[in-house]
Amino acid sequence: MFEVDSLAVIFVALMGFSILLYAILDGYDLGVGILLPLSQPDDSDTMIASIGPFWDANETWLVLAIGLLLIAFPAAHSHIFKELYLPTAVLLISLVLRGVAFDFRTKAAFSHKPTWNKVFKIGSLLAAMSQGYMLGMYVMGFEDSLAAYAFSLLSALGVAAAYAYIGACWLIMKTEGALQVQAVAWAKKTGVVCFIGVVAVSVVNPLINPDVYAKWFAWPTTLYILPLPVLCFALFAYSQRQLKHLPAINDKGCWRPFVAAVAIFSLCFFGLAFSFFPYIVPGKLTIWQTAAAPESLSFILWGVIIVVPVIISYTIFSYRVFWGKVQELRYH
Amino acid sequence: MIETLMLSRIQFAANISFHILFPTITIALSWFLFFFKLRFDQTGEPVWMRAYRFWVKIFAITFAIGVVTGITMSFQFGTNWPKYMETVGNIAGPLLGYEILTAFFLEAGFLGIMLFGIRRVSARVHTLSTLIVAIGTTLSAFWIIALNSWMHTPQGHEMRDGVAFPVDWLAIIFNPSFPYRLTHMLIASGLTAAFLIAGISAYRLLKGDDKKAPKLTLKIALTVAMFLTPLQIFMGDLHGLNTLEHQPQKIAAMEGIWQTQKGAPLLLFAIPDEQQKKNHFEIAIPKLASLILTHDLEGEIKGLNEFEGNHPPVAPVFFAFRIMMGVGMLMLIISWVSRIQLMRNNVLPPWLLKVLVAMSFSGWLATLAGWYVTEIGRQPWLVTGILTVKDAATTIAPANVGLSLAMYLTLYVVLMVAYLHTLFTMANRAVEIEEITEDEKVKPVIRPTTANKGE
Ligand code: HDD
Ligand code: HEM
Ligand code: HEM
Repeated sequence: MFEVDSLAVIFVALMGFSILLYAILDGYDLGVGILLPLSQPDDSDTMIASIGPFWDANETWLVLAIGLLLIAFPAAHSHIFKELYLPTAVLLISLVLRGVAFDFRTKAAFSHKPTWNKVFKIGSLLAAMSQGYMLGMYVMGFEDSLAAYAFSLLSALGVAAAYAYIGACWLIMKTEGALQVQAVAWAKKTGVVCFIGVVAVSVVNPLINPDVYAKWFAWPTTLYILPLPVLCFALFAYSQRQLKHLPAINDKGCWRPFVAAVAIFSLCFFGLAFSFFPYIVPGKLTIWQTAAAPESLSFILWGVIIVVPVIISYTIFSYRVFWGKVQELRYH
Repeated sequence: MIETLMLSRIQFAANISFHILFPTITIALSWFLFFFKLRFDQTGEPVWMRAYRFWVKIFAITFAIGVVTGITMSFQFGTNWPKYMETVGNIAGPLLGYEILTAFFLEAGFLGIMLFGIRRVSARVHTLSTLIVAIGTTLSAFWIIALNSWMHTPQGHEMRDGVAFPVDWLAIIFNPSFPYRLTHMLIASGLTAAFLIAGISAYRLLKGDDKKAPKLTLKIALTVAMFLTPLQIFMGDLHGLNTLEHQPQKIAAMEGIWQTQKGAPLLLFAIPDEQQKKNHFEIAIPKLASLILTHDLEGEIKGLNEFEGNHPPVAPVFFAFRIMMGVGMLMLIISWVSRIQLMRNNVLPPWLLKVLVAMSFSGWLATLAGWYVTEIGRQPWLVTGILTVKDAATTIAPANVGLSLAMYLTLYVVLMVAYLHTLFTMANRAVEIEEITEDEKVKPVIRPTTANKGE
């Protein structure tokens, strides 16, 4: 029904799609956690309320991405996670702590609330940083060198900044008043850090990976992919300009920075994907070498074709239900 | 690398044991919630809404812990059992994939509306969301149990060069032990949730809570428990018969039978001794094991001697099985006694309420014990006849596995303390509503307990 070779491409595309959605969706909610101002409990409540109905579904995209890696490219899954064993453990523990803090903070004894807020913030930060670290190690081909670790640490900070940036943009859209003003300030600052991070990765990546270099700087490919970085810069500039005028009267354009951030995330993602395709473990294994049996992949592909559109439509439904500025989270 | 293998096993067992505790509650609790909400829609009686509000908050924390510990599970296969995916990944992968696609997204997508959307959507859409979440959790159990059962009784595949390839997906999903294991697990979940609801409701009543909701939920939970316990015992028996057919060495370990014999006794207690291949301190009912397992007083049961060097460790399987059955019997007696008392007098005496509080987490005990029987009982196999545990293990340095294991264990202790503490804090708060209301006036923040104000 489907051939092995095309199945591998379809599945890597699907996996890329869920990684990108994950980075955007959980990115903004981890970012909100990173920005949590512990000294202003009321703002913290509003901020957490803005992500309350969504965080669980957002994390499910991570489960799908990892699941697809496991299902479609089992050998790559073992290889990657053997290399990233400890950062993975840190990521998981941070996600656990953050997830439970979200629920405990309102339900445990009142006096414990500030502690759970702290756990929420630190968990969010550590989760973002471990993801950044893992990305860094991946880009560096899991090299065991000082340079690789240094770069990965930098990437950890970069991803945390990027999440904080998209989180701040989310808050501009979902909040009002003083908190919105504060969010604009956050977005400006984190936007700059995020920009520096993107530039750093874009420079380092081709420099250390000859394959990547050859790909980007081969005529005429360079011409086709030039719009990628150019658009990305333009979007950063556009976003900073918009931020200068926010919040505007009648809250006009409060959604623009968020849309710009989503576009930036997508462009960066395509850049990275382009750099590595068809390798799934950089420099070592390609998608075709690691793909699972075609019988299995076609069986699951039918599920994907039928179910993913349904998932997307009820996700949209849920966002529409909670459309507009945040309100208190109430169980009644 | 022996240490890595041992540590990986301990870590996997710890992670899955911790994970299963929370789904076990939520799978059935979601159906209870759906029932409360449906009754509210039908009757408009506020008491149904109060029952719903109190339990939906407990559902929320339980679900959250279930989800985050589940995410850990999905990384485990690759990190600690690389050979597992390489050998049976073609089967395990799609089953896990369908679980993610059909169950996890369904639950997570509608959870937000179920928890926080009651004012934003119509009553009907809200009730429907609650129903969808319940369906999602049950589907989750369906897929993962299909995979687990396939590992016990594999079929529908063919081996090529040491790798399993799917041939018949229906045969894979509906493998011989699947119907029994799924039913037994779903009923286990029903019982766990029922005893939790009964226990917490009894706790509130003991604390002097005189509201209608805890009385109502106590009654419903006991009614459910009264019907489910006999059913569970019956299903357990069928499950055992199925195991006898497919994994006789597991039954031999469960029953502590060393020599193949006709008219085997049922051991109520014994201490199995693997060195001497016999039991000490036996308390037995003659011929009963043969009767239960073969429906014939003189039926033959294979002993462990037939599986020399190829049977699971006996003592853990033997004891875990008795713990599960013991709890099952206790549940039977307590649910019937309490429900009949309730029917006669409309109230329960304090001692019985205390017993119910003590039983709040009995479902957890039985469920864990049951899983230990199942999982330790299939040793040395990971996938029966295809892959042993030893061959599947990772080659990561033991120090790394040790470190991650230590982190997980610490985390679990903290979470368990916080979870139990929070559960009882919430129960106490529901009893002492007035205090909360005062507090609310000072600081009008989002605090779900306001939900109970009207009670
Ligand atoms: C509330 C929980 C609970 C209760 C009261 C019982 N069980 Fe159970 N049992 C489980 C929860 C459970 C479980 C955790 O759900 C297991 C593990 C795997 C499974 O599907 O069910 C299980 C496994 C399990 C197995 C192992 C199946 C295998 O070989 O893989 C048997 C033979 C029984 N049960 C039999 C019984 C009997 C005879 C019971 C009557 C007293 C009983 N169970 C009560
Ligand atoms: C349904 C999904 C499940 C799957 C796919 C699964 C799979 C596995 C795997 C891969 C192992 C490692 C091999 C081994 O050490 O034997 C294992 C062992 C184990 N599992 Fe499960 N398991 C499942 C459910 C459970 C549950 C719910 C529990 C407990 C509550 C449990 C308890 C254990 C224990 C205690 C071991 C260790 C046995 C030993 O090493 O002696 N399992 N299982
Ligand atoms: C090795 C086995 C297992 C893996 C890999 C696994 C994986 C997961 C994952 C990733 C989640 C989070 C889903 C989300 O993001 O919403 C989850 C939640 C869940 N799992 Fe597991 N799981 C395993 C065993 C089990 C078992 C044995 C059961 C029950 C029979 C179970 C039932 C559930 C349910 C009902 C949820 C929803 C959350 C909740 O109700 O608390 N899982 N699991």
